[in-house]
Amino acid sequence: MTPNESHFIGELVEKHGRNRTSLIPIMQEVVARNNYISDNDMTEIARELDLSAAQVFGTATFYAFLDTQPRGRFVIRVCKTITCDMHGKKLVIQTLEDMLKIKVGETTPNKKFTLLETNCLGWCHEGPAMLINEVPFSGLTPEKVHDIISEYMMK
Amino acid sequence: MPDSKLKRVDLIFGEYSNVKYKVLEDTLKRTHEEIIDDLLESGLRGRGGAGFPTGLKWKLTAEAPGDEKYVVCNADEGEPGTFKDKEILMRVPRKVFSGMAICGKVIGSKKGYLYLRGEYKFLLPDLRKELDFFHDYTKKLGFDFIIEIKLGSGAYICGEESALFESMEGYRGEPRNKPPFPTTSGFMRKPTVINNVETFVNVMMIMRLGPVQFKLLGTSDSRGSKVFSVSGDTPIPGIYELELGMPLDRFVEEFGDGDTKAVQVGGASGFCVPRKKFKETVIGFEGVPTGGSMMLFNSSRSMYNVLHNYLEFFEEESCGQCTPCRVGCQQLRKGIEAVKRGVKKAVYLDQLMKLSESMKLTSKCGLGQSVANSFSSIVYNFKEEMIY
Repeated sequence: MTPNESHFIGELVEKHGRNRTSLIPIMQEVVARNNYISDNDMTEIARELDLSAAQVFGTATFYAFLDTQPRGRFVIRVCKTITCDMHGKKLVIQTLEDMLKIKVGETTPNKKFTLLETNCLGWCHEGPAMLINEVPFSGLTPEKVHDIISEYMMK
Repeated sequence: MPDSKLKRVDLIFGEYSNVKYKVLEDTLKRTHEEIIDDLLESGLRGRGGAGFPTGLKWKLTAEAPGDEKYVVCNADEGEPGTFKDKEILMRVPRKVFSGMAICGKVIGSKKGYLYLRGEYKFLLPDLRKELDFFHDYTKKLGFDFIIEIKLGSGAYICGEESALFESMEGYRGEPRNKPPFPTTSGFMRKPTVINNVETFVNVMMIMRLGPVQFKLLGTSDSRGSKVFSVSGDTPIPGIYELELGMPLDRFVEEFGDGDTKAVQVGGASGFCVPRKKFKETVIGFEGVPTGGSMMLFNSSRSMYNVLHNYLEFFEEESCGQCTPCRVGCQQLRKGIEAVKRGVKKAVYLDQLMKLSESMKLTSKCGLGQSVANSFSSIVYNFKEEMIY
């Protein structure tokens, strides 16, 4: 871990408080900054909060959004629950796979995009839907996906 | 829809006063006994799906010993087919915050939490802005109540109240044993009222209209109106506020595409109602209860695929803490796959039905217990689709 990184976690602990209720908010901020929580981050958080690394790891891995694997700068999560599935989710995935040249679960070599599937996002009336980081997109068609991703590629 | 047969209501999203937080200000002048009496009188039952009487929940928490108490708003809306809480938080967050503040007054709590699912993180800036206004306002009124937002991180099970407390406290979202119930031991093991987003808005409605007016809507078992999330094979998907206690055939007449073969009421953990039972089915606590999710399927859909999708969902979202749910969800999914492929004979479905019943009896929380709802109602009503 770089000194910079250690410093960052120290700041988060100062901000949220040195207690167990701060664990998830701290990890959420680490993910927001680095796209995932590394083993080193978890060890550092454990040390700061006086927990065992196993407790931190156990908590992180429980939550789908607290990634413990390296992810791209933009994490795409496509809803795979029933109404999105019925209304063309497969085409959405296919379009994304074709554009990004990766499969579901993978990250592009330039570390820019990660493609994942997720459970119900709460956009069933406008499915198919996806999140790119925290931004929702609904009413997706292959064309719409194409436009959205083209824009993100320029970012 | 001009020839609509269902009674449309516009109480949840409606604007009633130009002065923000007027109802809150008026209500804070009343005693907590009066407020509880109104809630009990109204017959309001929780809108998250389980339907516990709200007035009683608040009364029990108010009476519970202890100085430190909490108000928690459950906005971990994860049930497939449900998206109403998001809409409420986008359009009328002040009604939610007002309802929470009134609860704070009634139970003697100074601290409220809104547990917002991670998938709705995009709502944060607007909610924070509204909260700033809310805190300024309550400060001016001299009413000491602070609301903080806690963000979830993508776990359906955290919508279960005790799992939600675990998550708020920084642990894995694994449900606790009950009792003790949240009324005596909730967040930080302190007496806590935890209600669904819509329930807090309903409280505001009762404070404004009075219980008598509120009771005019719905039936004796299901008072008031309800926000429904309508999706699936319908020409008009979306959010609709309707009176409780409506017959399903009229719902289908209005929302179906003319070819509806089944309606899943209450999401993946709810019940599947086939066409032949539309007429006799009532939507409400006396019939098929729902947290608001209504998914329509037409005859082009394979109910095997629907069930398979639900089982995959449960398999992933089971917290894994208790065996009946952790193993049961996997085995049900593998079981229907085996029957479909012809590896197992059709009678194997009966075995699976028994397994789902065991899960209902022995699972620790509502997740494992409710898998049987959709499983048995789909397998029973669409057996041939499971086999061929």
